Amino acid sequence: MQAAVIVFPGSNCDRDVAVCLEAATGQAPLMAWHGDANLPKCDLIVLPGGFSYGDYLRCGAMAANSPILREVVAQAHKGAAVLGICNGFQVLTECGLLPGVLMQNKGLNFVCRNTQLTIANNKTAFTSLYGAGEEITIPVAHNEGNYFADDDTLKQLQDEDRIALTYAKGDNPNGACLDIAGISDTSGRIVGMMPHPERRAEAALGGDDGKRMFTGVVEMLS
Amino acid sequence: MSHINDTPITEALVAEHGLTPDEFQKVCEHMGRVPNYTELGVFSVMWSEHCSYKSSRKWLKKLPVSGPQVIQGPGENAGVIDIGDGDAAVFKMESHNHPSFIEPYQGAATGVGGIMRDVFTMGARPVANLNALRFGAPEHPKTRHLVAGVVSGIGGYGNCMGVPTVGGEINFDPSYNGNNLVNAMCVGVARTDKIFYAAATGIGSPVVYVGSKTGRDGIHGATMASAEFDDASEEKRPTVQVGDPFTEKLLLEACQELMASDAIIGIQDMGAAGLTSSSVEMADKGGVGIVLNLDKVPVRETHMTGYEMLLSESQERMLMVLKPGREPEAKAIFDRWGLDFAVIGELTDTGRMVVHHQGREIADMPLGPLADGAPEYDRPHVPTPKADDFNDAWLDGAPDTLSALKKLMGSSEVASRRWVYEQYDSMVMGDTVAGPSGDAALVRVHGTNKGLAMSTDVNPRYCFADPVEGGKQAVAEAYRNICAIGAKPLAITNCLNFGNPERPEIMGQFVGCLEGMGDAGKTLDFPIVSGNVSLYNETNGTGILPTPAIGGVGLIQDLDKAVGNSFTQDGQIIYLLGETNGHLGASLYQRDVLDNHQIVGPPRVDLAQEKAHGSFVRDAIDQGLIAAAHDLSDGGLLVALAEMSLGHGIGAQIEPDGDTGFWFGEDQARYLMSVAPEKADAFEALAKDLPLKRLGKTAGHTLTFGSSLSISVAELNEIYEGWFPALMSS
Repeated sequence: MQAAVIVFPGSNCDRDVAVCLEAATGQAPLMAWHGDANLPKCDLIVLPGGFSYGDYLRCGAMAANSPILREVVAQAHKGAAVLGICNGFQVLTECGLLPGVLMQNKGLNFVCRNTQLTIANNKTAFTSLYGAGEEITIPVAHNEGNYFADDDTLKQLQDEDRIALTYAKGDNPNGACLDIAGISDTSGRIVGMMPHPERRAEAALGGDDGKRMFTGVVEMLS
Repeated sequence: MSHINDTPITEALVAEHGLTPDEFQKVCEHMGRVPNYTELGVFSVMWSEHCSYKSSRKWLKKLPVSGPQVIQGPGENAGVIDIGDGDAAVFKMESHNHPSFIEPYQGAATGVGGIMRDVFTMGARPVANLNALRFGAPEHPKTRHLVAGVVSGIGGYGNCMGVPTVGGEINFDPSYNGNNLVNAMCVGVARTDKIFYAAATGIGSPVVYVGSKTGRDGIHGATMASAEFDDASEEKRPTVQVGDPFTEKLLLEACQELMASDAIIGIQDMGAAGLTSSSVEMADKGGVGIVLNLDKVPVRETHMTGYEMLLSESQERMLMVLKPGREPEAKAIFDRWGLDFAVIGELTDTGRMVVHHQGREIADMPLGPLADGAPEYDRPHVPTPKADDFNDAWLDGAPDTLSALKKLMGSSEVASRRWVYEQYDSMVMGDTVAGPSGDAALVRVHGTNKGLAMSTDVNPRYCFADPVEGGKQAVAEAYRNICAIGAKPLAITNCLNFGNPERPEIMGQFVGCLEGMGDAGKTLDFPIVSGNVSLYNETNGTGILPTPAIGGVGLIQDLDKAVGNSFTQDGQIIYLLGETNGHLGASLYQRDVLDNHQIVGPPRVDLAQEKAHGSFVRDAIDQGLIAAAHDLSDGGLLVALAEMSLGHGIGAQIEPDGDTGFWFGEDQARYLMSVAPEKADAFEALAKDLPLKRLGKTAGHTLTFGSSLSISVAELNEIYEGWFPALMSS
C-alpha cells in the first residue's frame, strides 16, 4: 500500500507521523510537497500537525488552497483514506472535506497536555482497532482546537454517527462543542482529529494508545 | 540631500553611541582618523558590552572550558560536545532580558528564535528548548502582564518552530520588578563530522545573505542591552525586534538541506548587531577581509541608510560564505523554501571591512580592532561581605511544621508551573521522554535509545548572600538534577545576569560567582562550553539579584533505565542520601515562612560530596536499583517528599522526627530515592560508607511525618496546583 504525508511550509509533525506510518507499514511514506500539482495514487494520506504557512490568515486556510490539496481532495473522493491531525484537521475543514471549524481555545492560550479520550465511533477507518466507548490517553497541542459547527450540523454528525472521538467528561481542553475531539465524513474514511496519536505510539514516550490509529487503517487497507 | 556620513562627529554623538571618550580615542587610533557616522555606529555595537564582553572577559578566561567530551568550547555560536556514536550535542543559553521587559511577547519570542539560530547555524537540528525566567514580586502590578507576555512569546515561537520546550525554571523576587530576566537555552543534535563554523576563508568567495528581509527593527539593540534602564526605557520599544517563527522554520529546513552538501565554507546567524557582527566575526575568524555591497541586501523598507542596514537586528537572517560557483544550487534550495537569497559581497585579502552603498564607500575599517580591539576592563570589584549566620531566635513563634509545609508548597518558588508549561509544546518531534515536570528533562536522540538530560538552575538568593557558594551551588544543582534522572552530566552553558559592572560591589558579585562556578565545573568535570553575559540589569539604580543561570546537559546511554522523580508504587523504601545539618540560612523557609529577608549565608557546597553522591545515584539507577529519585533544593526535605508524592498520588510514612532545620534546611548534595524492598540490600551495599538514611516507606494517599502529622496528597496537590492559576487570574 502507498501512504503519503503532505508537507506544507510550516508543517512540523510530518516527521513524527512518518515514523508511525513506517512502523505500521514497514516502509517510509511518500513525503509530498505542498507545491506539487501531482500526487501518485495513494491508499492513505496524512495531513500532519504544525503551522502550515505560519497559520497566517487563518489556520489551514492557505494550505486548503495549495496545489497539492486539489490532488488530496480528488483522491479522497475516489476512496483514499485521509487522516488530518491538528493543523491537518483544520485543513480538512477549510477545504470542505469535513464540516465545521476549529476556533481559538476557550481559555485563549495554547494548550499542550495529555487528554482522556473516548472512542465514540469505532467504525471509522482509523478507529477500528479500538473498542466502542474505549477510554484512551492522547495528547493535544494547539491554540485553535475548539470545534464549532451550527446546531444542524452537530445534529447531523450525531445522527450519522460521525463523531469519532470525544474528550472525556471534564477533560475538554478547548471548549469544543459536544466535547468533539475528532470527526469523520459519512464514509468513515476521512477523519480529522485535534489530538496527536503519533505522539503516543510507543511505550518509551509514556504510552501507545495512539498506535492503533495507524495499524488499524493499514490493516483495513491491506 | 546630504549623506548621513556628512554628519559631524561630536562628543555628544559619541556619548549617544555608548562609547566613552577614552574608547573613542582608541577607535580613532585604530582608524588612523576620526570615523564617519556609519563607522562610529559599527564600532559602537561591536564594542558594546553585549558584543565585546569588555567587563567580563578577564574573568571568563578563568572558567574551565575543556575536557575529553568537548568538541567546541566558548567562542563559537554554541558549544559542542561528543555524545558518542558520531553524534554531538550543540547548545547554548542566551539572555533577552531588556527587550522582554519592554515588549514581553516579542522580546521573549525573538530570544527563543535567536538561540535556536545559534544552534542550527552550527549544523545541528534543535531538539529541545528550555528557559530560565525571573520576574518581580508576584504582587507587583507589572508582573502578571510580563509573565503572560513572556510565556506566550516563548510558546508562540517554539511551538511554531516545532521544537519542544521541555524544561526551565521561574523565580519571583522584588529585585526583578523593573528588570525581568529571560534566558533561553536551546539544545541541538548534529553529526560530529558535520559541524559548521563561522570562520570564512577563500579570497573571492561569495558572501551570501539568506532569510528574511532587513527592516529598521532592533537598531542598536546590543547597545540597549548594555545600558541601565530608567523610566524612559519603555520609549525604546522600537528597538525591540519582531519575530517570525514561520520564516525561521523555513530557514532551518533550507539550511539543513544546504548543509547536507559541501557548499558552505562558513555560516553565522545575524543576531545582536546583525549584519555588522556576523560579517566582522566571519571575516576576522578566517583572517581575511570582506567587502559588502548594501545595494544587494534584501530590504522591506524604503530609504534605509547604510547605517540602518548594518545595525538592524531584523530576525531570521543568516550570512554564509559559499564555495565559489556553488551559488546556483544554494539559491535553488532557498527559492524552494520561499526565502531571500542574495550575494552581497565577497572575501578579500585586506583584513578590512569595506562597505559600499548607493555608489559610495560608506565605511572602511580594520577588522581586528572591530572584532576584539575593545578595551578589556579590569573593573574594580569588592568581595561581598560575609553574611551573618542564621539566628535560631528567629524561629520563636514560627508556624508549626504542617503549616510551614503548606505555605511552601503554595509559594512562588515551589508551586506547580503547569500554567506555564502547558502553553509550550513539549512533545513535538516525538522524542520527549520526560518533559517539564521532572528534575531534568529527557529527550531521546532520534533513532537511538540514548537520551539527553537537561536542566537549568541557579539560586539567586544564595548568590546574593555569598556569590562564591552560590556560583558553586548553581553548577552543583544542575549536576544533581541530571544525575537524579540517571544521566551522566557532560557540560554546561551559562547565562550570567548581573547589575551594573561599574559598581564595585556588583563586579564583586560577578567575580565571586564565577570563582564558585569555575571550582564546581573543574571538580565535577562539568566544563562550560558556551554562554552569554548580560550586565546592566538595573532600573533606576537598583540591581537584580546576581543570577548566573546554568544550563546543564548530560547523557544517558540506555533510556529504558531512566527514572522519574515521583513515587511509583506503595511499599517502597524511602532513602535520604547526604548529610542533613539543618541549614536554614538563605532558605526558602526563611524567606517565605518566616518572612525574614535578612542576608544570611547559604548552605556550603562540598564538591567532593556532590561528585561522590551523584556518581552513586547514577550507578544505582544504572543497576536498576532505584524506582524514583529527586534532588533536594528549595524547601528542603519535607517539600521534596511532598513533591515525590504528587506525581502519581502516592503518599509516604516517614519515621524519623526532627526540628525545623531537619524538615526545611537546604543542605546540599542530598537526594531522596525510593527503592523496591527486594532491592534494598543491594542498594545499601552499593552505598558503602555514604551517608544514607532510611526514612520510611511509600504508602497510601497521605504523607505522614513527624510524631503525628499528616496531610493528604490530594490537599497537597490542591495547594501546589492552585498558586499559579490564582496569580494569573487575580
